[in-house]
Parts: sequence; structure tokens; C-alpha cells
Amino acid sequence: MSEKTTFTGHRGLELREDLIFEIGAHDRSGVDLAPLRGTPDRLGGIIREAVDLPGLAEPEAMRHYVRLSQKNHAIDMGLYPLGSCTMKHNPRLNEKMARLPGFADIHPLQPASTVQGALRLMDELAHWLKTLTGMPEVALSPKAGAHGELCGMMAIRAAIEARGEIERRTRVLVPESAHGTNPATAALLGFSVDGIPAGDDGRVDLEAFRDKLGDDVAAIMLTNPNTCGLFERDIIAIADAVHEAGGYFYCDGANFNAIVGRVRPGDLGIDAMHINLHKTFSTPHGGGGPGAGPTVLSERLAAFAPLPRVVAGKSGLELVEHGDQTEGRPFGRMVAFHGQMGMFVRALAYMMSHGADGLRQVADDAVLNANYILAELSGTMTSPYSGPCMHEALFDDTFLKDTGVETLDFAKAMIDEGYHPMTMYFPLVVHGAMLIEPTETESKASLDLFIATLRDLVASATAGDTERFTTAPQLAPTKRLDETRAARQPVLRYGSTEKKQVRAAE
Amino acid sequence: MRYLPLNDADRATMLERIGVENIDALFCDVPAEARLDGPVELPIHKSEMQVERDMQAMAGQNMTAGSAPFFCGAGAYRHHVPATVDHIIQRSEFLTSYTPYQPEITQGTLQYLFEFQSQVAELTGMEVANASMYDGSTAAGEAVLMAHRVTRRNHAVVSGRVHPQYVDVIANLSDMGGFGLTHIPPTVQGAEDLLSSVDENTSCVVVQNPDFFGSVNDYTELAEAVHARGALLVVVVTEAVSLGVLKTPGTMGADIVVGEGQSLGNGLNFGGPYVGLFAAREKFLRQMPGRLCGETVDADGKRGFVLTLSTREQHIRRDKATSNICTNSGLCSLAFSAHLSLLGGNGLQHLAWLNHEQAVDLAGRLGSIDGVKPINDTFFNEFTVELPQPADTVVEALAARGVLGGVPVSRLIPDGGFENYLLVAATETCAPEDMAAYAAALEEVLS
Repeated sequence: MSEKTTFTGHRGLELREDLIFEIGAHDRSGVDLAPLRGTPDRLGGIIREAVDLPGLAEPEAMRHYVRLSQKNHAIDMGLYPLGSCTMKHNPRLNEKMARLPGFADIHPLQPASTVQGALRLMDELAHWLKTLTGMPEVALSPKAGAHGELCGMMAIRAAIEARGEIERRTRVLVPESAHGTNPATAALLGFSVDGIPAGDDGRVDLEAFRDKLGDDVAAIMLTNPNTCGLFERDIIAIADAVHEAGGYFYCDGANFNAIVGRVRPGDLGIDAMHINLHKTFSTPHGGGGPGAGPTVLSERLAAFAPLPRVVAGKSGLELVEHGDQTEGRPFGRMVAFHGQMGMFVRALAYMMSHGADGLRQVADDAVLNANYILAELSGTMTSPYSGPCMHEALFDDTFLKDTGVETLDFAKAMIDEGYHPMTMYFPLVVHGAMLIEPTETESKASLDLFIATLRDLVASATAGDTERFTTAPQLAPTKRLDETRAARQPVLRYGSTEKKQVRAAE
Repeated sequence: MRYLPLNDADRATMLERIGVENIDALFCDVPAEARLDGPVELPIHKSEMQVERDMQAMAGQNMTAGSAPFFCGAGAYRHHVPATVDHIIQRSEFLTSYTPYQPEITQGTLQYLFEFQSQVAELTGMEVANASMYDGSTAAGEAVLMAHRVTRRNHAVVSGRVHPQYVDVIANLSDMGGFGLTHIPPTVQGAEDLLSSVDENTSCVVVQNPDFFGSVNDYTELAEAVHARGALLVVVVTEAVSLGVLKTPGTMGADIVVGEGQSLGNGLNFGGPYVGLFAAREKFLRQMPGRLCGETVDADGKRGFVLTLSTREQHIRRDKATSNICTNSGLCSLAFSAHLSLLGGNGLQHLAWLNHEQAVDLAGRLGSIDGVKPINDTFFNEFTVELPQPADTVVEALAARGVLGGVPVSRLIPDGGFENYLLVAATETCAPEDMAAYAAALEEVLS
């Protein structure tokens, strides 16, 4: 590979870009503001010195961010098969709708009489979510998936407390294959976390699970379809068993996109489940948020749903913002205001576009695409469990044995081929795991090229061309980054090393 | 269906390659009794045009801030966001990218997160900041939990002048996590006795600046007293623009600063999505929640950025993690950072002064109306007025006259004797004629 160097450091269309602190100045600006009038101030002398932050004129700012953007992979550019993350197409209609002033330019604390359309949208979204999940109540306010988990587990905790069993029910059962957020959430609420081992088929071992049950169990937190991309066949038996033991069933709904329109979680005995609007219902991931995690609740938990709630009142829709304004027993409040309205608009626009028929097709195509990958790669890569899978195909690293190539190297080589790698090393229960989720928005041609690429990579690894992997990526904006150094000598802001040196000199 | 590329021929070919008869065979692991045999009872698919029409009908039922003289604040502020910002956050490469787990192909996201962290640290006067939280209220909740971890104590003391819904979020997390909390009863202004509630179990004292009622405070002495008792000072900022002019929480001696960043780059959006700011002293770094972006080098020695110190986080530490947070507020932090880059230090300072002048102007106008009494000695761009009658009915009457005149305190604190108090905010977006219209409408409503 040619390593042509250039005078500017740019490489054709790949333009290097310094930090705003290196290109801007505190007295430069891309915003014109009205002059100050010199009004006597009312700040009581509690005033700061200069703000030492760089400014950019508008054209400089535009270039800065456009250049940065070009160093990112994105779903709009190509397949982004991150398992469990559901990188599907984000329709631009949804962006346009979220920017309607009637949604974007309203204040959360305006009188309810002036925001009837916004409350109607929330009510409508709630109706869709409740109907699709077969659950009687939904808390819209959680801000992301993990926040929705917290909401569901708080409702469970409140219900247990109401039964007077909070001293006793302190244990939460979590499969070892679970997302890290599950045990972290349980621990945040003071529960102890007890792992459930996976069976040989990649699902909860029903007998091992039953052995763990007791009158100290508060809940099970189970992902379904699970993190191995498999439907938990015994889910109804699991629900019955945990209910019989007096506990509750929290379902991590991160993978609801696999079954939307096909299965209603309410029919499976689930008591609480969060829904990632940014996964199943296509709101953009935005480089790590904002997400939204509405949480559906069963009859047993509905009364404990947090504030606020949208209810029909005498003069239209109203917001219940205080506990004494409802007959329920809300456990409290998860956020200031009412949740991720911008995401509600996008998700509802997505649902209305698909309709009941289209959403079922979404699940069908997502599952079909994943199974197609699983089937086409079955002779090439190795799977720890037999199919069919749901919306994602899980592979282990057995096929790389003795090649000198590890999962990480394999993933980095995919970058040179123009792909974002799949989820790696998760779930933890599978050695060198590679979790591929194509989603329903990939065409067959796109999948075929992806499959052919992976076959070609496997052929290289098997043929001993380890360099293609261990030195990868060669063609990305940067070579492999030193993550160990970043953690050992943390530099988390511009100028911090210089400041430290100054301090040491003093 | 316009978002689904597969056609029936593709589907048939693929099913054949998989070796199953039909799509139902792929759902064979679903218990038979739970399989739906047809679509659920919801409307069927709609064209883009139809969806747009339905959405516009709902949007049209709302009175927008831009269509009325507008003076609401209480934790959400209307500022002018440059057109450039919205263009930048709609770039496909930012909008449709994931959390930057593969740093070699997400340097764009990582570099702006690094810049964001640096900006937040400078703004708040702190040493380190994270890559954002969900919003200000959840950041406040996490700050209290962090203080418990740092001090190994389990009780927080929260000022009565912290945003009431932030207090609710903190209280809920504390209750559920089995921690203690003393909330000082709210008072509009005057000395507030926080220290007599501080004892050897107190991990932190939580205050807000400007406080919920709008007053500007210097917490330097409080910080010293709190530190002398072995506790931390947490400062909440719900109006980020105020940081352009006010003495920084870091200078005052804060240990953790949390804030709502909505004011920069982000619209009102009926309450979300917003962006939580979280900054702290460097010595507490390893107890911080949330994502952190750090500088490093690549295999050629070239500067690059990665997510780092993830051994604090849930995907590594599971039940021992500092927080369960996973997603943050990436795109909103980009909007914040881009807006702040456009402003620059001097620009932000100017914007902050402009906001303050607007509020001083408005306070003067409202204060000259019979029976209207501005309460605050000091304020930034928001203040409290006492009215001769309940504020909620006044606000309704103003709305009927096409003015969004502020937030009644009783909306957030229903039982505390605050019925006649109204929170009023003015930003650079209020034109002089808006203020005149407001004053005239208020005079009419009160007469």
C-alpha cells in the first residue's frame, strides 16, 4: 500500500482537521448579536473573567464539522451490522416532522390548553406502543434503553414495597448473556444480582432457573429475543415460574424489532419491558444518543407508573405531574419534564408510515435477512448455536482457530473493506463472539456483497494472510488506536497536559 | 413499503437458500399460543404525504413559542440557534452513526466529543467533563450517587431552590437506592440554612445557580463550610448561557457541576431531547458516570480519540459499574458544541450579557404594573414576580390573549403557598414589542 505523504497532511478528499482550540480564537465569532445597551446590572458582582473558548466564523465552523463528519461511518453510507444495536435506515420524513414548529418550538411548561396537539401525539404514541406490546400501561418519559430498564425495575421495586416484601425480596436473576445495563440497573436499586447460566442451546436453562427461585427473588431480567439472537422458547414457563415464586418478569426489549407485529410481550407473561425507540422505531442513534426508552407495564405494575402521565380530562388532555392528582401510586419521577418529545414524533411517524401491516413485515424481513446471513455463512464461519435465529446471527471464533487472527483483527479488516464491524466479544458467554444484525433495511444485493466479503476474509485468514488482519485498518482515517495509552494517561480535554506541566513547574 | 428493499422474489429466493418453506418457519421458537396470525388492530401503512398531513394536524393544535410573545423558562430556555447548527447535526455521518465503538471510523464523533468535554470543563471552571448525560435532571441524580461513592456516605442535602423536578429525580433515585435525602423547604429568597442539616453522613450539598427562583448566588463560603464537614458541593446549572457571565461553579469551589445544556444548540422540543452536562474535579474521575472520550495516538503515532476509562462502565463492570448509563446525548452535545464554537468565548459572554439586559428591562416594565412585585435582589435572565392573584389563572388568561407569560411556581410546587408567584424569563429572542405586548396584556388581565 502506498504511503504517499503530502505537504498539507490532507490525502485527496480525506482532509485532516485540527481541534477548534487550534483553529479558532476567543474573539472570533459566527454569530452576530445585537449591541449591549449598558443597562446597570443585577448580578450582584458574581461575575466571571473572560471565557477562554475558541470561536469560528460560520464558514470555518461549517468546514470544521463537515470535515469531521467525513471521518465517520454511518448507516446512510453502508451496512452497519452492529448486533443488538439495530442500525436501520432513519427516514428523513421523521426528521422533518420533528422540526415542525408545533412540536419543536413549544415549551414543556406551557399551559396544557396551548399544547393539546403535543399531548395528543404522546397519547397516540402510547396507544401504538400498548397495542403492539399487548400491555395496559406505558411510561413514556425514560430517556434511553438503560433508563427504561431503570423505570421498569423501579416499578417492580415499588410494587414489592407496596406488598411489604422489600426487606425480603432482594435478589434479581440475570442471565450471564445479558446486556451490562441489566445487572448495573439492578445494583443501582440495591438488589443483589444472581447469574443464571445459559443452557447448551444458548437460552436460559429452565431447570437451573427454577433452582434459583425462592421467596427472596424480586425479579428476573431477561432479554427476549436474547443477546444470542435466539427466542427464549421457554419464556411462558419462565414467566409462570417467577410469578409463582412471587417475583416479577422484566424483559429487556432491546430486540423487540425482531418480533414487532408477530408477538405481543403481554401474551408472554412479561410485567415490564422498555422499548428503544432508537432501535425498533428508527429514531437516529446520533453517534450515541439521544435515545428514548418508553417502558410498558402489565396490570400488576400499571398503578406504579411514574409521573408525568397524559390523561383525558374535562377540557381535553391533561398532564398529571404530581402524585396526589392521580388514583394510581406513581413511584416518582424519572426526568424533568415529559421525556424525549422529539423522539416521540419520529417514532410515531415511523409507525404510521409502516402501519400494522408494515411493522409485521419489518420483523419478518429483519429475521429473514439475519437467517440468510447465518445460512450463507454456515459453511464458512462457525455458530455456537443452531438456528433459526431471530434478527441477528451469532458466530464464535472457532473458524479462526490456528490462523493467528483474532475477532478484533477480523473486525478491523472489515473496516478496510468499507464495512462497520459487527458487535464483537458480546455476548460474553460466547468465545470471540461476532454478532451480526443486518436489519430489514438492507437489500439482498447488499447482503450478498457482505457475505461474499466475509467469505473472502475467512479465505485469507485460513490461507495465512494474517497481515490483512493484524495491520488493519490501513485505509481508514486513522490506523489502529492505542486504547491502553488513552486509559493509562487520560487526556480528556484540550490543554490539560500543558496545564499539568505548568502546575508541576510552579 | 418504501423503507423495505426486499421484494417477494428476493424473499422467496432467500427462504429457499435458508431451506425453509415460509417465513413462519423462522418463528418456530415462539410458543404457538403467543403467535399472532395477522396484523394487530392499528391503522395500515400510509404514504409520506398522508403521514405529513396527520402530523401537521397535531402540530397545528399547539401554540408555538415563535408565534407569541414568549417568556417561559424554569429549566428550558428559548434561544436563537444558528441555521448552521441544524445543518451540521443533520449530516448523515453524524445523525446516522452509532456510539463510537470502532474509533478508526468514528473519529468525527470522537473529536467533537473531546471538544465538547473541553468546552464544558472550561465553561464550568472544572477540570474534567464527560461526553454528556441524558439531561440536567438525570445528571443531578447521578451527581448525588457519585458523591455517595466518593465520600462513602449516604445522605444528601438539597437546597429548596433547586428545580423541583430535579429534586424529584434525585429523591426518586435516592429512595430507590436506599439513600437518605434532606430537602430544605423551598423559599423564594433570603438566607437558606443548609449547613445545620449537614452531618457526618452527608455526602453532598446540592445547590443551583442561578437558583430555581432566578437569584444569582456565590457559593464560595458554602463550599468551604461543606468541605470542612467532609462533604462535596454539587452545583446545578439549568441555564447554560448564564455560564458566559457568572462566576464559575469551579471558582466557587464546587466538586461536581451538572447542568442542562439545552440552551445552546437545542430547541425547546416540549422538554426533550436535551443534553446533560457533567463536570468534576479530576481526582474524582474514576467515580464519574457516563462516557469519556480521551486523546491517544494511532499505530503511526498520529493523534486520535477513543472512548476511554470504560472499566467504570456497565458493559465491563456490570453490577459494579458507576452507573447503568449507556446511551448519552451525542447529537445534542454536537449541537451544543457547534453553537458554542460559533459563538466563541467573547460571543458567549456577549450573549449572556444581552440576556441579562433583556431580563432587567422586562423586570422594570413588569414592576411598574400595579400589584406586580419583582422579588429578586439579583438575577440573570429569569426572575420571580409576585402577583395579586393566582399565577396559573393569570397565565391562562395571558395565553388566551396570545402571550406565553411564564411558568407559575405552583405548577412545580403545588403546595407551598406559592400560588401568586410567577417565573418569568427573557432571552435575546424577546423583541421590545414582545415585552410591551406582555406588559400591556398583564396589566389588562390584572385590572
